[in-house]
Amino acid sequence: MIRVTYSTCTRYPNFTIISERSAMDDSGKSVVACLRKHGVSRRQFLEFAGLMTATLALPPHYQAQILHALEQKKKPILVWLEFQDCAGNTEAMLRSSHPTVADVVLDVLSWEYHETIMAGAGHQAEAALARVIREEKGKYMCIVEGAIPTADGGVYCTIGGRTALDIAREVCGSALATISVGACAWDGGLVKSYPNPTGAVGTQEAVPGVKVVNLPGCPHHPANTAAVLVHYLTFGEMPALDSYNRPLFAYGKIIHDQCERRAHYDAGRFTEEWGDEGHRKGYCLYKMGCKGPEANYNCPTVRYNDATSWPVKAGHGCIACASPRFWDTMSPFYKRLPNVAGFGVDVPVGKIGVAVIGAVAAATAVHLAAVTVKGHAHHDPSEEDKTLVPPSHSIKRED
Amino acid sequence: MTRIVIDPVTRIEGHLRIEASIEGHAVSDAWSSGTMFRGIELILRDRDPREAWIWAQRICGVCTTVHALASVRAVEDALGIEVPDNARLIRNIIAAAQNIQDHVVHFYHLHALDWVDVTVALKADPAKTAQVAQSISDWPKSSTSYFRTVQNRVKTLIASKQLSLFSSGYWGHPAYILPPEVNLLAVAHYLEALEFQREFIRIHAVLGGKNPHLQTYLVGGMATSIDPNEPAATVNPERITLLTELAKLAATFVEQVYLPDVFAIASYYPEYFKLGEGLGNFMAYGCYPSGSIKDTANFLIPRGIVMGRDLSTVHPLDPANIHEYIAHSWYEYSDGNQAGRHPSVGETKPKYSGPQPPFEYLDVEQKYSWLKAPRYQDKAMEVGPLARTLVAYASGRQDVRKKVDAALVKLNAPPAALFSTLGRIAARALEAELMAENLPLWIAQLDDHMSHGDVLIHNGEKWNPDTWPAHAVRGWGSHEAPRGALGHWVEIEDQKIKNYQAVVPSTWNAGPRDASGQRGAYEAALIGTPVADPERPVEILRTVHSFDPCMACAVHVVDAQGREYSHEVLSQAL
Repeated sequence: MIRVTYSTCTRYPNFTIISERSAMDDSGKSVVACLRKHGVSRRQFLEFAGLMTATLALPPHYQAQILHALEQKKKPILVWLEFQDCAGNTEAMLRSSHPTVADVVLDVLSWEYHETIMAGAGHQAEAALARVIREEKGKYMCIVEGAIPTADGGVYCTIGGRTALDIAREVCGSALATISVGACAWDGGLVKSYPNPTGAVGTQEAVPGVKVVNLPGCPHHPANTAAVLVHYLTFGEMPALDSYNRPLFAYGKIIHDQCERRAHYDAGRFTEEWGDEGHRKGYCLYKMGCKGPEANYNCPTVRYNDATSWPVKAGHGCIACASPRFWDTMSPFYKRLPNVAGFGVDVPVGKIGVAVIGAVAAATAVHLAAVTVKGHAHHDPSEEDKTLVPPSHSIKRED
Repeated sequence: MTRIVIDPVTRIEGHLRIEASIEGHAVSDAWSSGTMFRGIELILRDRDPREAWIWAQRICGVCTTVHALASVRAVEDALGIEVPDNARLIRNIIAAAQNIQDHVVHFYHLHALDWVDVTVALKADPAKTAQVAQSISDWPKSSTSYFRTVQNRVKTLIASKQLSLFSSGYWGHPAYILPPEVNLLAVAHYLEALEFQREFIRIHAVLGGKNPHLQTYLVGGMATSIDPNEPAATVNPERITLLTELAKLAATFVEQVYLPDVFAIASYYPEYFKLGEGLGNFMAYGCYPSGSIKDTANFLIPRGIVMGRDLSTVHPLDPANIHEYIAHSWYEYSDGNQAGRHPSVGETKPKYSGPQPPFEYLDVEQKYSWLKAPRYQDKAMEVGPLARTLVAYASGRQDVRKKVDAALVKLNAPPAALFSTLGRIAARALEAELMAENLPLWIAQLDDHMSHGDVLIHNGEKWNPDTWPAHAVRGWGSHEAPRGALGHWVEIEDQKIKNYQAVVPSTWNAGPRDASGQRGAYEAALIGTPVADPERPVEILRTVHSFDPCMACAVHVVDAQGREYSHEVLSQAL
């Protein structure tokens, strides 16, 4: 008879099962132990834990703690709700490479409800969700994808005859933690764009009593989402957040500062027309409307699809998809950003260059400061709604 | 008579509800309802037409990119822009890759669990499974120890009593009849297909920056720079090598895993070659241009219509014959409930008249869906891989004919078997093969252009909106998305979008009844479906899933105030 002993993780009270029991079968063992027995090596798990440690920008010794959390014998339960969504965040999750979706969905967590990929349908699907709410109240994690319509009693999104709002309040209200993935679940995203035909809102606004952690982006980056889950499972708390409740490890840096085209910007080398020599040489896309200087996200470093590329590398400007109300505030997407000090868009390219590096650096520093201030300012929802303006009024950039 | 409801229909994109009446263990009637809306077309109004594709792409994240493609084509059509040949090739590569990836994900991750009982895989003999695998394919992952490893993973999962995504399946249902070994094989390939799709779709990251929601389209071409001598160019010799390798990966996977699995599983369920036949009318806009998009005769997938299962005639298609009905949709028209309106002169006055949530049943005698009912010459049409395959077959396309005929021989089935649930599944797999064959050819052409110094990627003549006409112009853009015929209509005035409308595949297939009571494609296909256990209607899911529903595309223009948009609106998308 094998004796398996589990100890508690002190910062992680909710998921930890403190017990010493005999494990006659696999049901009593940790994820790692079972997998090791059945062909998934500890090395693979170490790799996974190592990758999560790196994504979270934690010192390497935390890897042991992460592994420890993954060795809990009962897999944490997760439900994934989809409302006014395009399933793009679900698809991004399916494309996750480190960890792979099979690792996350089958081995690390017990993914009990997720309409796009779950086995059951209809009553059986509803029953699976109801069971989690009933039996795991206060112990499960909830991910929300898509906006939630509030106009006309919520008739614009119903599932099993219930409104999205009704479901969100119940499921998020009973969850241990709620995470919004993608722009729509964060702040209403595209669905809330002017004129917001269905009265759509993000999860936080729909369920005000629950603290929601936001992982915006269109879609979210699955490595960031996995990292937040792992952080929570390991430490029992969310990673450090900004005032939008976005984790700083992923949303703390400006894209422009991490961009591989940045040296060209500093040297005054710009793409002037699509497909021109500058475009082919990888010059800066600022003049083509790139919003990188105003966007916070780690996508230049984590990149997409097994770190293969990201939009700016592939040749198109950034649309700041992880920024607040970006659809209304960052469009038109091909208009260049307003001038910054010492950097006029009408200045011939030759004159922008080493001579203005100092000014650009200073402007960037000012910009950083502004972001920091904005990041810590009190966030008034009524203020945010002012972004909901007709497109003709939001065209305020110079071209 | 028993009335059953499946809501949510899962393993689809979006929010679909099916209600069905059951008499004598079979479906006697069915109603399909879309239960979610966003209003993207209304949101698009007054915005820059050059960026419409970025917005429209978000209609769907599963068939991501297809709406971007239809959108840039609509704007290019309105403004009279031809794209450089390199842009055509890159668009074809992106679209074909999307098609292959989407079909594989559909078969393994959205559909297979209707046919495969995961729990029965535990009873399989890994050695026998290896024999089965080696008898149907040269795919190298077919050893006894490999299948034992997979089986142990499933065993671990089930023993943990935490079945995760598999916890709510209809396991043990008598309609699951595959032998344990085939179940184990399918479970192994479910997991392998997860790996394949994420690796293969790097092709989209190379050319689009990311997947889902690629970000390199431009009105007038693509933003993917090409240069044989620049390491920083999006497409250069090193990237061509990667694209070629990924294309090879797709061809191998489709050839050695996807197709053999479809044939293997289909051979156990021959009755589904007789079930789910549906409307019998099939429509394809056609796609994959070999030159100008206007040269529809030279599309790889031909345009046309097959009526009444008659494969001897292909009818020409004119988009002017498309009308949308709202007799059973939650809208009003100014000229009454019975009228049909062309998308370009549509109206959208939402009027929800369904039961107030929470509700148990819809009143299907009245209005019961947010989807409109599009019709071609007032006839309901099925769109999708089966429609494309049949139109190509009836058009005498030899590449498609050879594949279809060979498949019918292999399945020992008559041509009439194509009009069925399994016919849709087989057509989808054969189409993936066709795409996988053409993918490397387009990559090679692109390489050839590049190495001969043709690096043109964008036609910038009309990039500046000041070059556009002052008066209103209209355009139409189409594509054959994985799920079928997709059309976007745009009207541009004063450098802004005046009207925008998308009529998408799942509107055709999942739409409700029209004014004359004609059923939509899902509704028609479900009639006669056996249902052994009304509490667990897996048979209904088999036929609905065979269409590969995609409901997020069901984004109608909905105004919360119920304001009427009498101008040529943006009625619907789906």
